[in-house]
Amino acid sequence: MIDLLSGVLIIGGLFFYVAGTIGLLRLPDTLCRLHAVTKADNLGLGLLAFGLLLQLTDPLSMLKVLLIWILVLAASAAGGQLIARHVQREQEDSS
Amino acid sequence: MLETSTLYGLLGIILAALGLQAAILQRDAIRRILAINVLGVGVFLVFIATAYQGADTPPDAVPHALVLTGIVVAVAATALALGLQRRLEILDEDTDDE
Amino acid sequence: MTFDALLVLDMLLATLMLMLAIAALHCESLRQGIFLYIVFGLVTALAWARLKAPDVALAEAAIGSGVAGALLLAGLRDRKPRKQKSLLRRPAWQVLTVTYLVIGLALTASWAFLDAQANDVGPRLGAMVQAELANSGVSNPVTAVLLNFRAYDTLLELAVLLAALLGVLALGPERAAPRAAGPVVHHLVAWLTPLLIVTAGYLLWVGAHAPGGAFQAGALLAAAGIVVRLSGNPHNGLPSGIWVRMLAVAGCGVFMFVGLASMGGGANLLQYPANWAGTLILLIEVFATLAITTSLVLVYLGGQPDSWSSGRRKARA
Repeated sequence: MIDLLSGVLIIGGLFFYVAGTIGLLRLPDTLCRLHAVTKADNLGLGLLAFGLLLQLTDPLSMLKVLLIWILVLAASAAGGQLIARHVQREQEDSS
Repeated sequence: MLETSTLYGLLGIILAALGLQAAILQRDAIRRILAINVLGVGVFLVFIATAYQGADTPPDAVPHALVLTGIVVAVAATALALGLQRRLEILDEDTDDE
Repeated sequence: MTFDALLVLDMLLATLMLMLAIAALHCESLRQGIFLYIVFGLVTALAWARLKAPDVALAEAAIGSGVAGALLLAGLRDRKPRKQKSLLRRPAWQVLTVTYLVIGLALTASWAFLDAQANDVGPRLGAMVQAELANSGVSNPVTAVLLNFRAYDTLLELAVLLAALLGVLALGPERAAPRAAGPVVHHLVAWLTPLLIVTAGYLLWVGAHAPGGAFQAGALLAAAGIVVRLSGNPHNGLPSGIWVRMLAVAGCGVFMFVGLASMGGGANLLQYPANWAGTLILLIEVFATLAITTSLVLVYLGGQPDSWSSGRRKARA
């Protein structure tokens, strides 16, 4: 039962990753691609993390997986903001 | 069928060949440094593949230690190579301006 | 029907690594090539995890992908914009000759590898390590090999790192400081740095009985230093003056001191007394971590920090 729920969550996470990657490949503009990748990948990672949490028994390991998720969220948020600011600067310089 | 260690060992040899070919043939310094790093990863793969002894037995720890040393030495060499390349560019620019 | 899911995973991983390597090496834009190399390093860490090498996976992700990627990007930033110098492609005969030679080399190596796999090689060093592990002072076999059985190799590795650092420091002043960071990076670095320091300390401590150790901890602390520099801090997280030099030399120095001191009882170089082995290993690891951190941050700076030149000459080329 736990394995089934775990599998469903992980497959859901993979679906969001595939959606984000398709957005990265098909969308025209850097800002649109950024939007797709940061939103979809973070949600995908969250589902993946919860799916893996169900498989663990040790509370310390569960805490580590949650910490990984929070760190990736923060890093991709900061990275997304930096990339967007860079794109905005380029557009201002060229206009 | 194909054993895990054989697969990764052959992969390592192919990666080392790709890195070596690019390191010799590329002209740009940073691309060559990149190629030497890929060559390094290929060699490490061969080491770790020989250390793998199946899913049940613990692996051989000595190649792991050697590869750990190798990763640190590779990054040190990359840093020195990049520093030398930077200096070389400055010197080339100075001679070009004369 | 024998369906081996792990074999499918291995084949997919191998294909991914090959494609990433080819793309990184032969990409049109060098910046894309470096990013692809960083991704290649992370996928290699997955391959290490698959081959039951967690210490190597940690080191590859931190050093081989993280620090090397940061160094390559900083090196790319150093380059002047290309003038009219067009890089001519090599003539076809050179390309073909080298390619055939490399293919021949690869085929010979593959034959030798498969031959070695097929034949029995006799007692392995790994078995000897497992037999003597209880006497080494730690219970992680990789740490035991690195800091006890083959401690001499690790001593020389720290010396190589020091030599590379001295080479980079001798080449000139540091790279230009990055642009002043906005509030997002400031606040990210403000809480990321303590977290990295705590995680590095944890990796250093746990290296004795679980995957971890001095190199991974040193790489994490170096990442903290690089992140602090990228946020505009003038000190880059390192102490100034004599302390930086002491820290950079401390790894090799403490290691040699412990090794020579062990000879006092009539033993060989680096032959620790048996009941002190664990403590000595931890002592060496602490200073090795600090030395690795200092060396990696200083080579990321790319040269002598400005605070060393006492303001007399500001020869920024």
